Amino acid sequence: MTTVARTRGLTKRYGSFTALDSVDVSFTEHRIYGLLGRNGAGKTTLMQLLTGQLFASEGEIEVFGRTPVEHSDVLRRLCFIAESQRYPEDFKPSHVFKIAPSFFEHWDAEFAERLIADFRLPLNRRIKKLSRGQLSAVGVIVGLASRAPVTFFDEPYLGLDAVARHLFYDRLLEDYAEHPRTIVLSTHLIDEVANLLEHVVLIDEGRIILDQDAEELRGSATTVAGPSAAVEQFVDGREVMARDRIGGLASATIDGRLTAPERAEAARLGLELAPVSLQQLVVHLTGGALAAEQQKEAAA
Amino acid sequence: MDESRPIFLQIAESIENDIISGELAEGSQIPSINEFAAFHRINPATALKGVTRLVDDGTVEKRRGIGMFVTVGARSRLVARRRDGFAAEYVRPLLVEADKLGIDIDELAGMLREERTKAS
Repeated sequence: MTTVARTRGLTKRYGSFTALDSVDVSFTEHRIYGLLGRNGAGKTTLMQLLTGQLFASEGEIEVFGRTPVEHSDVLRRLCFIAESQRYPEDFKPSHVFKIAPSFFEHWDAEFAERLIADFRLPLNRRIKKLSRGQLSAVGVIVGLASRAPVTFFDEPYLGLDAVARHLFYDRLLEDYAEHPRTIVLSTHLIDEVANLLEHVVLIDEGRIILDQDAEELRGSATTVAGPSAAVEQFVDGREVMARDRIGGLASATIDGRLTAPERAEAARLGLELAPVSLQQLVVHLTGGALAAEQQKEAAA
Repeated sequence: MDESRPIFLQIAESIENDIISGELAEGSQIPSINEFAAFHRINPATALKGVTRLVDDGTVEKRRGIGMFVTVGARSRLVARRRDGFAAEYVRPLLVEADKLGIDIDELAGMLREERTKAS
């Protein structure tokens, strides 16, 4: 497995605010990554650092073995699709696709044509006049047709409807199968993309809190629900990620897989077991800080 | 796809089901990894893991440069394996529920026969 990008102790500060705090993470070739986390967690900052758009405050970044900043041979193999890409005044999509080949050495014009038709993108309308979804489609098409060995999609589909999003997932998978490359997908629509991901990196308040194979994460947490006393008895001595209570009923989300005897024990106690989806897991893992903050605010 | 179990296992099982039902005959070619990935909208690495499981237990075989094929005898081996697990997976939970409701064995047997008649 070849590492295409790696950071060590990567830190980015804006004045007294630490956007990224000593991040060690690596990306392997030919994998689809999910870069997940709440707004302001540091996802975009990390991707901007990896694509040479920002200078690090501390730490190292290596992309294809060297720093991405000012190295055009590295940058031509990277593609970063921003959530709200700005284009020059008077630009039309046709201009974007005309200049794209000079930025990306693997640009496939034919593939771009097909995607333009798929997304029904008007080529000769000014970008300023495009709808939010059409603007996102421009980015998605550039990201796919660039065939860049490392492609970052930062919330690429603001305003895209469900049909267009699924079109994006389908084309991404098809093209990835034909032309394997590293894809880093940052999104809040976790349930929609969960099965596309091979690896998940979860970032919270500038730190990596999870860096794991997506398959391993499936079923790695379970919600136990039933009468409070039985739930408490069952989760005693286990790490509980979240708790909820309504009247005499309670539910608790526990970390770790359950063995067959444990499942039988739960059934004997009259408890319901439910798997925790990747999205729910992310909410549990990153929602704690929010709850603590709210408590702090309430106390102040 | 069922959230609680690894997807690669579900992929392997769905291929097994198609072999057991005869949808995929012995000696016939199974879809490619990329076709499975596209159809189920899953990462190709996950689809590969599912199919590899079937290669490892001899249910399908790789023919270099052509694709993957169901082996001869795969169906009977799968049926035998499923029969072994049938009691634990289906009969025992049925009995647990029957006990809870006070349904005795004779009544249960009657219900099974009745359902079988309805189904056929």
